[in-house]
Amino acid sequence: MANVERPLSPHLQIYKPQITMVTSITHRITGVALGAGTLLLTWWLIAVAAGPEAYSTVNAFLTSWFGRLVMFGFSWALFYHLCNGIRHLFWDAGKGFELPTMRKTGMLAIVMSVVLTLLTWVVAYGIGG
Amino acid sequence: MVELALPKNSKVGTGKAHPKPEGAQKVKTFNVYRWSPDDTENPRIDTYYVDLDTCGPMILDGLIKIKNEIDPTLTFRRSCREGICGSCAMNINGTNTLACTKGMDEVDGDINIYPLPHQPVVKDLVPDLTNFYAQYASIKPWMQTQTPPPPDRERLQSKEDREKLDGLYECILCACCSTSCPSYWWNSDRFLGPAILLQAYRWIADSRDEFTGERLDNLEDPFRLYRCHTIMNCANTCPKGLNPAKAIAEIKKLMVERRG
Repeated sequence: MANVERPLSPHLQIYKPQITMVTSITHRITGVALGAGTLLLTWWLIAVAAGPEAYSTVNAFLTSWFGRLVMFGFSWALFYHLCNGIRHLFWDAGKGFELPTMRKTGMLAIVMSVVLTLLTWVVAYGIGG
Repeated sequence: MVELALPKNSKVGTGKAHPKPEGAQKVKTFNVYRWSPDDTENPRIDTYYVDLDTCGPMILDGLIKIKNEIDPTLTFRRSCREGICGSCAMNINGTNTLACTKGMDEVDGDINIYPLPHQPVVKDLVPDLTNFYAQYASIKPWMQTQTPPPPDRERLQSKEDREKLDGLYECILCACCSTSCPSYWWNSDRFLGPAILLQAYRWIADSRDEFTGERLDNLEDPFRLYRCHTIMNCANTCPKGLNPAKAIAEIKKLMVERRG
């Protein structure tokens, strides 16, 4: 065979997105986001220890509209990772691999993550405003 | 390694459209990936029009008709035309399947055909599966024993033990699942992929095989087994309705169990 440079056949560009694939990549993305969120939490903790001035700076950011948006995303990432993480626990026990079950639990994880996030924010605004 | 975009020489361009059949009532459009090692051009998509009134019902029938009547240079693998040889595995409208068992009526609108994803292309729809077969050989896909066989008969198996192989022995190694798996796309040099792991489990689960420990030792590796993240493209795409992800989960369970 001649020494030719073979092309690589298309993959992501052509593959049809499916619910199980989407929930999987979202798990990875929210995992990375939680890593970044933890830095935010650390910043807040350091500020608490550092005194009222540092704390008010952090608090001003977190209560700004942008800060709240970030916190909203953080909380959703947390709930999604939690809900989908429960699916992973079942899979580790060898359960829930049938395709209809897979699709149902995937939808459930998405819906529950949204519900829990909204519930948290409704309660948080109810208490703190 | 994760590379989301295609390399420069693999970007797909537009090709040519062949003329529509004259006087045809029902016409199906085929957009097919083409690449030839005989020139220096990039891959392209050629368009063919197939008269359904003079063609068999399956997508493979359409491809054979194109090759026979429109363009003899179109290259693809096929053999049994009944879903048992696995030769005509390809990507049809976004998912991998066998062209011989996929009906044209199952596809709304145009039929878009690519080779199995993320593989080196030999020509047109023919991927180079050398790595896939080498990985298959690496799991020693045959029965391994230490005890001598009974002198007067085969090694027998109870009905219950035989049933453990259902959902495993049906695999025809068409590579639809492995080439649908993003983990396999990024790590096919080290991750064995769903098809080969299902085959590995087929021998682990066989009551007559006496090398279960060695087989598990061979898979106890961060890449060979544990790159499976339960993305489930494998089970979604398997043309035989098997569930490689489930087989992989069973292997992972055995790994934990033997640690005690």
